[in-house]
Amino acid sequence: MLRYIRFKPVNWRRNWPLHLMLLPGLAMLAVFQYVPMVGIVIAFQDFVPTRGFFGSEWVGLEHFEFMLSLPDTATIVMNTLIIAVMKIIMGLLVPVVFALLLNEIRHHLVKRTVQTMVYFPHFLSWVILGGILVDVLSMNGGAVNQILSWFGLGPYFFLGDPGLFRGVIVVTDVWKEFGFSAIIYLAALSGINPVLYEAAVMDGATRWRQVWHVTLPGIMPIVVLMATLSIGGILNAGFDQIFNLYSPLVYKTGDIIDTWVYRAGLLDMQYGLATAVGLFKSVVGLVLISVSYWAASRFANYRIF
Amino acid sequence: MKTYDSNAYRLFYGVNLLFVIGVAVLCVLPLIHLMAVSLSEKGAANANLVGLWPVGFNLSAYKEALANEKFYDAFLVTLRRLLLGTTVNMILTFLMAYPLSKEERAFPYRNVYVWVIVFTMLFSGGLIPGYMLVSQLNLIDSIWALVLPSAVQTFHVILLLNFFRQLPKQLEEACYIDGGGHFVTLFRIYLPLSMPAVATLILFSMVMHWNDWFSGLIYMNKVDLYPLQTYLQVLLDQTKKAVTIDDARNAAEASRRSLYSAQIFMAMLPILLVYPFLQKHFTKGIVMGSIKE
Repeated sequence: MLRYIRFKPVNWRRNWPLHLMLLPGLAMLAVFQYVPMVGIVIAFQDFVPTRGFFGSEWVGLEHFEFMLSLPDTATIVMNTLIIAVMKIIMGLLVPVVFALLLNEIRHHLVKRTVQTMVYFPHFLSWVILGGILVDVLSMNGGAVNQILSWFGLGPYFFLGDPGLFRGVIVVTDVWKEFGFSAIIYLAALSGINPVLYEAAVMDGATRWRQVWHVTLPGIMPIVVLMATLSIGGILNAGFDQIFNLYSPLVYKTGDIIDTWVYRAGLLDMQYGLATAVGLFKSVVGLVLISVSYWAASRFANYRIF
Repeated sequence: MKTYDSNAYRLFYGVNLLFVIGVAVLCVLPLIHLMAVSLSEKGAANANLVGLWPVGFNLSAYKEALANEKFYDAFLVTLRRLLLGTTVNMILTFLMAYPLSKEERAFPYRNVYVWVIVFTMLFSGGLIPGYMLVSQLNLIDSIWALVLPSAVQTFHVILLLNFFRQLPKQLEEACYIDGGGHFVTLFRIYLPLSMPAVATLILFSMVMHWNDWFSGLIYMNKVDLYPLQTYLQVLLDQTKKAVTIDDARNAAEASRRSLYSAQIFMAMLPILLVYPFLQKHFTKGIVMGSIKE
């Protein structure tokens, strides 16, 4: 009986259009996503582009061994981790605090204008923002150094000093994204039932008490969820941003896995080695994302689809 | 609601108001500075005399930028990929979201398809195999290299399928009773009902294509085929070298400061123009995709 119910209502004659609708998209994914996954075999070859993915000489794990012996490897992995972790922490903290502060504002015009202004940088590419930042942060008469000089500070070589570079990367990334990231917390804040605030006032709660006992518990689940999901990005230090801001002067602290792979693979044409490093990143990334999604669905009932 | 605000809270409120406004101003200040530099006369711009207001207002930097054939070509390349890319994105997103919005019961193998699609978000072949594929397909220097690799926007598919799920089931059932198949349901019922979501995704897709510079950089060998953002990226690279490697801004680079700012500002302008529409829709889009009952 159960079998009958499962199979009967879905007949092929009615459902074939559904398969047909998926076909073009799946074909594109097959070619541009799944074929490159097969192309990972480059990592085990002495790859020569003209011979295709399977025509080159196999070298086994040679590239991986070379990767481990390279002093660069430890540097770029450390740089990636440090920058990404700082970004994750700041990228969580700043939007939450900003959303809480903005939520207190009861002048609606101000609130809306502020939102319009802080979301805007999110929509600009790092090429545009990089162009602005290189000018604004320049050592010789850049706007930031000019302002600092009023207080007798600087000038600082923001984009050329290895000691400052990571900080600049994290701060400018927060500057671009905090407004946009705050949207989700603002949505959660506006979803808190006003009755809870009324009840708190009835019980004699001051503003502080309301924030502490109503607002914070109200957004905690979404904060925990975002923190969990961000684990998956621990090897993504932000290629677009760093590529557009870094220079050989700051490779020591600012060179990350993705920028290194780009230079090794596409500029120096060490295809096998670059693919091997990229594969290492993809595999670790897959594990981390899987863990974070599993944790999110297990502890926060989160489902992406 | 009557509130009993303490003096301390009123003080906090005032400080907070100023602080939040200050933060917001900080977000747009660099952009205003850029515009002021681009509208200033060369001498003042090069001597770093420009703050937030143009010194010696003139449009010569813009005239010079628009007279530059390369800038113009790059703009046309971007326009072409934008139209082509957004069309491809939208057709595929729309066609994929509908079947996937069905329950597994109504559409067997739905979950298999979902996994095939979501797996591409979790794992990728990486930069080099992707580049090799495009070059083996002979797409280098073709506009399709900028369009096809990003043809399926998985995240957009997920947003739209969640939107489809909110539509009343009865509409689809009524259509079925009247003899409509899935294609009729999709185009006659779902399409008209999902115009707000579709508008949002069109904007997302357009912004993505406008902003993408990396595929232009790796897939285009000829400089005159660069899209606008890639063209600017190369300019930025030169400026960066002048600023960081030579330690001091060299003379050649400095004399181009207002021109450089004008080009960046013009590349920002379209985003600025669609921004009011973007802002109206994207909050909805984000919330639509992430907060579900």
